[in-house]
Amino acid sequence: MSTDKDTRKNIRKLLRNPSAIYRRPGDLLFTFLVVTLGISIILLTLSMAFVLYGEGSAALREFGFFGFVRGTTWDPAVQLVFGAWPFLLGTVTTSVMALLISILPAIAVAIFTAEYAPRWLANIIDNLIQLIAAVPSVVIGIWGIFVLAPWLRDTVYLPVFMWAESSYPQLLPILGNPMGYGMTTATIVLALMIVPYTTALTKDAIRSVPQEQREACRALGATRWEVIRMAILPYARGGILAGAILSLGRAIGETMAVAMLIGNKNTLPFTIFGAGATMPSVIVNEFREAVESLHLSSLMAIGFTLFIIALIVNLFAAYLTRKFSIKGGQVI
Amino acid sequence: MLNNSAKLLKTPFTHLKDISNLLMHQASGPARASKPVSGVTFTPEPASGGKKFRMQTRNLTVRYGTTIGVEDVTLPIYDKEVLALIGPSGCGKTTYLRALNRMHDLTRIASVTGEVLLDGTDIYGNDINPVNIRRRIGMVFQKPTPFPTMSIYDNVVAGLKLVGIRKKSLLDEVCERALKQAALFEEVKDRLRSPGAGLSGGQQQRLSIARALAVDPEVMLMDEPTSSLDPQSTNRIEELIHTLKEQVTIVIVTHNMQQAARLSDRTAFFYVGHLIETGTTNDIFTKPKETRTEEYISGRFG
Ligand SMILES: Nc1ncnc2c1ncn2[C@@H]1O[C@H](COP(=O)(O)OP(=O)(O)OP(=O)(O)O)[C@@H](O)[C@H]1O
Ligand SMILES: [Mg+2]
Repeated sequence: MSTDKDTRKNIRKLLRNPSAIYRRPGDLLFTFLVVTLGISIILLTLSMAFVLYGEGSAALREFGFFGFVRGTTWDPAVQLVFGAWPFLLGTVTTSVMALLISILPAIAVAIFTAEYAPRWLANIIDNLIQLIAAVPSVVIGIWGIFVLAPWLRDTVYLPVFMWAESSYPQLLPILGNPMGYGMTTATIVLALMIVPYTTALTKDAIRSVPQEQREACRALGATRWEVIRMAILPYARGGILAGAILSLGRAIGETMAVAMLIGNKNTLPFTIFGAGATMPSVIVNEFREAVESLHLSSLMAIGFTLFIIALIVNLFAAYLTRKFSIKGGQVI
Repeated sequence: MLNNSAKLLKTPFTHLKDISNLLMHQASGPARASKPVSGVTFTPEPASGGKKFRMQTRNLTVRYGTTIGVEDVTLPIYDKEVLALIGPSGCGKTTYLRALNRMHDLTRIASVTGEVLLDGTDIYGNDINPVNIRRRIGMVFQKPTPFPTMSIYDNVVAGLKLVGIRKKSLLDEVCERALKQAALFEEVKDRLRSPGAGLSGGQQQRLSIARALAVDPEVMLMDEPTSSLDPQSTNRIEELIHTLKEQVTIVIVTHNMQQAARLSDRTAFFYVGHLIETGTTNDIFTKPKETRTEEYISGRFG
């Protein structure tokens, strides 16, 4: 009896003094682990940015940050002048176009698998799509070189080029050299590669729409499609948008497949079919041959710029998620 | 109760003067089946006091996989009455209610057998489109469910827009009418264009009711519509139900005995998936036949 009383007294004491609970060793260890790991991730990221900046600072000092970013000449051989503008342009064009191409099919697939398809079919489709994400970039690049690029050249680029040559020769400078490796091929491969991300993120957003919303809409006499249009898409729009932006981040950073298919041309203007380059592709292509320290530093500076862009894109996605998120029926 | 009802099967309810007597026994099913169409159909006929069937479930069983939600429920719902469904938690009230407008179609594991007749036609018939059924049978859920990205106005007219009504003057008119019916108009008339999710919980529930009313349903199903509301909002919704029953048939699930007593004409008591007893609210509350009903009503369990 007395022990029982003691226990209760102890519990009461503990409860009156809540901080005592957290001082117990298990909690302490766990808190320590979580905080340490959390901080080290932040430190790791910061140190990456720091190293990139440090290594790139020679180039950034030489040309100035904006001079470097806006500079259109990239000449590592003769003048040793480095400007990242062509690559920035190449990255933005290919990834934004890839996003635009992939977003509608991705949303359609996400809606189909989340709302229409029977479970077994949805599972098959899901797995197939996730398979694309599991294929290494370099393998997709090889497939692009041997299958996609020749096919696009023969069935799309050349006929269009020929047609333009005979009917609208003024279009030719915009179309560029239809050799098969170039901006459009890279964009199409990028679109394919981000479909799994856009689909998965869109599906998450659709799945997070409360069942009550669907039922309320159904109870009004809505058909399946009307439920999607009236209840699901408006509710999920923030998540879908954020998913699209995150996929854009993936496209911006995608390296190997793009480097293998974009044709690697360092001078503007880039044309529709013709060769181009992106920030990651120029880094992977020239890194091993960069003998001049300014050249190396310039590649690092491109890496730093890429880091900044990735940061902005991710922050933007986070902002969209917050802006459009709907919690407990309230639009925040 | 179910077994002693065989003899009452044949009771023609046209000659029953005493409604309570009639209602006590309708668990046995409809009188005067006639004109079989797609299975069974019977013509709704005026009973004494001008009451006729609006809906009717016969041997309705709903299963979730192998779990039974409700089993073998035969229950008529009369035109322009308020029918209260009561019973302890988990007894199948929501399950029964959702069978009445085919909401179980949306639950993968749910299966429905038996018949649910609306004006004599089985709504689970092969040639019946559930979308059309749900346009005639409105539903209000326990939790308010405004569409959060829509304005108050758009929430109310959502059902009308679904059927393709775009004429602004008509939408305006219906919006005002429905909001007035739901006793919400005065509070929101100056901010019809602001988001529906910006209202208080009680206002949101009245908005959900207005949305359901805007499409002029013949039957209204309400699943504990006031359980999350303050007394004042509850009052307003009860008043609304009271006036509404002149035009609409209402089935309401409630855990609140006083509410069932205040609002309903008839009460059905469910217990572990079975309809135990049904009758006029007055009879159920003053002289229940079954001890379990009595125990539940007097608060001894549930
Ligand atoms: N989606 C579901 N899946 C499986 N079982 C379910 C599902 N919905 C309800 N049930 C089961 O069916 C039975 C009846 O549930 P129902 O929701 O109809 O009860 P209720 O009377 O509405 O209860 P409450 O008063 O708590 O709302 C319960 O045993 C419940 O566990
Ligand atoms: Mg319920």
